[in-house]
Amino acid sequence: MIQFANVFKRYENGHEALQDVNLHLREGEMAFLTGHSGAGKSTLLKLIMRMEVATRGQVVVNKMHLNRLARRHIPYLRRNIGVVFQDHQLLFDRSVYDNVALPLVIEGMAPADIGKRVRAALDKVGLLSKEKLTPIMLSGGEQQRVGIARAVVNKPPILLADEPTGNLDPKLSAEIMQLFRQFNAVGVTVLIATHDLELIKSMKQRTLVLSQGRIKFDGVAA
Amino acid sequence: MIKRNSPPENRAGATFSDRPRNPTRPAPKKAPTNRIRQSPPPKTKGGAEISRVKFSTRFTAWRRHHRAMAIDSLVRLLRTPFASLMTWAVIAIALSLPVALYVFLSNAQLVSSHWDGSAQISLYLKASVSDADGRALSQRLEMQDRIAETHYLSKDQALAEFKEFSGFGDALNYLDDNPLPAVIIVRPASGTLHDQESLVQSLDALPEVDEAQLDLAWVKRLYHIMELSQRMVTALGLLLSLAVLLVVGNTIRLAIENRRQEIVVIKLIGATNAFVRRPFLYTGIWYGLGGGLLAWVLINGSLIWLDTPVRALASAYASDFRLVGLGMRDSILLLLSSTLFGWLGAWLAVGRHLGRVEPR
Repeated sequence: MIQFANVFKRYENGHEALQDVNLHLREGEMAFLTGHSGAGKSTLLKLIMRMEVATRGQVVVNKMHLNRLARRHIPYLRRNIGVVFQDHQLLFDRSVYDNVALPLVIEGMAPADIGKRVRAALDKVGLLSKEKLTPIMLSGGEQQRVGIARAVVNKPPILLADEPTGNLDPKLSAEIMQLFRQFNAVGVTVLIATHDLELIKSMKQRTLVLSQGRIKFDGVAA
Repeated sequence: MIKRNSPPENRAGATFSDRPRNPTRPAPKKAPTNRIRQSPPPKTKGGAEISRVKFSTRFTAWRRHHRAMAIDSLVRLLRTPFASLMTWAVIAIALSLPVALYVFLSNAQLVSSHWDGSAQISLYLKASVSDADGRALSQRLEMQDRIAETHYLSKDQALAEFKEFSGFGDALNYLDDNPLPAVIIVRPASGTLHDQESLVQSLDALPEVDEAQLDLAWVKRLYHIMELSQRMVTALGLLLSLAVLLVVGNTIRLAIENRRQEIVVIKLIGATNAFVRRPFLYTGIWYGLGGGLLAWVLINGSLIWLDTPVRALASAYASDFRLVGLGMRDSILLLLSSTLFGWLGAWLAVGRHLGRVEPR
């Protein structure tokens, strides 16, 4: 589902963010991505979303070769990838419902179908009762769950998360991880970037450790 | 070392287990549109039929989004009524200036065409032509289609008129005989400057006529001034249309800046450029249309305001002339072009600034 072959990424300022990265995430797999700040976690996620392009090497996501992907096809790639951001990236000028509905509106779904899907997603994250509130009225954990509902509402085959538990307490973090596990259980390929090592240990999943732009470890953390 | 998950269908508690899978998703290069939908096309149907169905659903969605964005952008403008009104006023003033000049010019043309109709040709008859022959010629000429009216002035009448208007009065009594020729005053039926010139030439060729005279110089000057003014109005119109483009473009640029965060987010979750562009293009259309409507109100308001003094002036000249406002055709043209300029200004701003708002 996600494949990196000898990927290098050098930014314009000369910074080597990724060097010779090889990885293969199969359909329905779940993995953690960890490493110190600046190790290249964000760059790797940005390459998957085609926010950046690899300087060398091949990135293939959902059978699309991202190096050769035309600009006008980028939106259709991104519709296959649900993303959960550390800072949620919610729109504060509209309700929780409208935030979650956004991916469906972009896809052009009929309003009648949107309602069902949005409520199913909100129900999944336990926020069905708050659909009319604006995100600003919610706590940090609730905002994160709105972000998750938005990421999965259009049932993408791939789910990326960038520090999804960044500033949540352990109990909330565990809940959110449980959600990711459930999505993975229905076949979604999940990749979570985090530096919460305790959490990774407790999950017992495949873990990729990045250090100075290279993958240092790939396997289930002991 | 890779830990594989068990197949999806074996897991319990899955809300999203109905999620359709598409193992035979076509290669992106060949059919990029297939990636829009998550569900695979039914395999029993032919390719052509599927694409038709898909096109119609996509078209419905496209229309729905257009309608939603048209309403949404208008609501956004009305939510900040003062700022929007300022923009509309600037556009309206920029548009009403050339349009007002255009209205003024068409009124002036109307007035001058009245003058054309009453232009007179003086036929000075040869001294050898008798009074009876002169009158007969005058009556013959009046029969012609090209001539509306003739009026014969005998030598004596001409002298009497000259005495009255020249102010020489009694001095003329000392003359031995009447030096003035008989005159036929001809009023042409109407027609263009060119028609009148050819009429003068044919009258000049008559054997009884010594000289036919039409004072064309002032008519020609008027025509040249009109043509010049028309070009000036066109140039001014172009210049101020450019101003409208810039005003709308700058306003849209600010709107893009204000909604930068929103643009980044919707681009990240798969919005196409057309989708991102749409609300801003509609904003431009509303700015243009609103500005055009306001300009129309301004122009018609000024015409109503000017109507009374113009009528007073016209009646002082014993004329029933009335100001002619913007007709139906001109009004529609004004609204259409202002809307077009608003849209174009938005398009330019969006093309220039939206590309820079990329998720980083």
